Amino acid sequence: MSSLLWAVATAVLLLAFGCLWRANAGPTLQDRILAVNVVGTKTLVVLAVLATIAGHGFLLDVAIAYGLLNFVISLAAGRFVETGRLSSEAPP
Amino acid sequence: MNAATAAAVGLLLATGLLFLVGGTLGLIRLPDLFSRAHASSKCDTVGAGSVLIALALLGGPAASDLKLLLLAALITVTGPTTAHVLVRSAHRRGRAAWRRPPESRP
Repeated sequence: MSSLLWAVATAVLLLAFGCLWRANAGPTLQDRILAVNVVGTKTLVVLAVLATIAGHGFLLDVAIAYGLLNFVISLAAGRFVETGRLSSEAPP
Repeated sequence: MNAATAAAVGLLLATGLLFLVGGTLGLIRLPDLFSRAHASSKCDTVGAGSVLIALALLGGPAASDLKLLLLAALITVTGPTTAHVLVRSAHRRGRAAWRRPPESRP
């Protein structure tokens, strides 16, 4: 079962490199943010697979923190691209 | 681990990888942001969720099943929300959706 999990982790890692190509190619800012977000999701999956292979429970905590950071960063970047500011108050 | 669990784990892993490949192909090949977000958000959510549930069935160190299910729930909420925020920002900035060019219409 361990070699099957290694194969899954390798495949997901290769797919993440494919998404990295889109993050480089663009063409718009939202495309890049979306691609980086997808790379983050795949990294989270790889971390979970590695945690199961190695039996290290703390890697799952790392994965949860990684997913939350990924979410907050994508939301903030999307809002900044949409409105040009980060706070909810109107500009002076 | 009995045979039924092993079969379920293999099926979930295969389904998850299939959806992840589909989402990545869509992100690379489709023509504009709206279709790319459409492909990657749904396919990646289902693919990652399937792989995480398969890992939870496999078992591992203490309390890892709950954490893996928590991760699956987190991805289910965050993936579509992020895609929605990005697509909404593009829409409100006036981006037009891609159309098939007239000369290549059937």
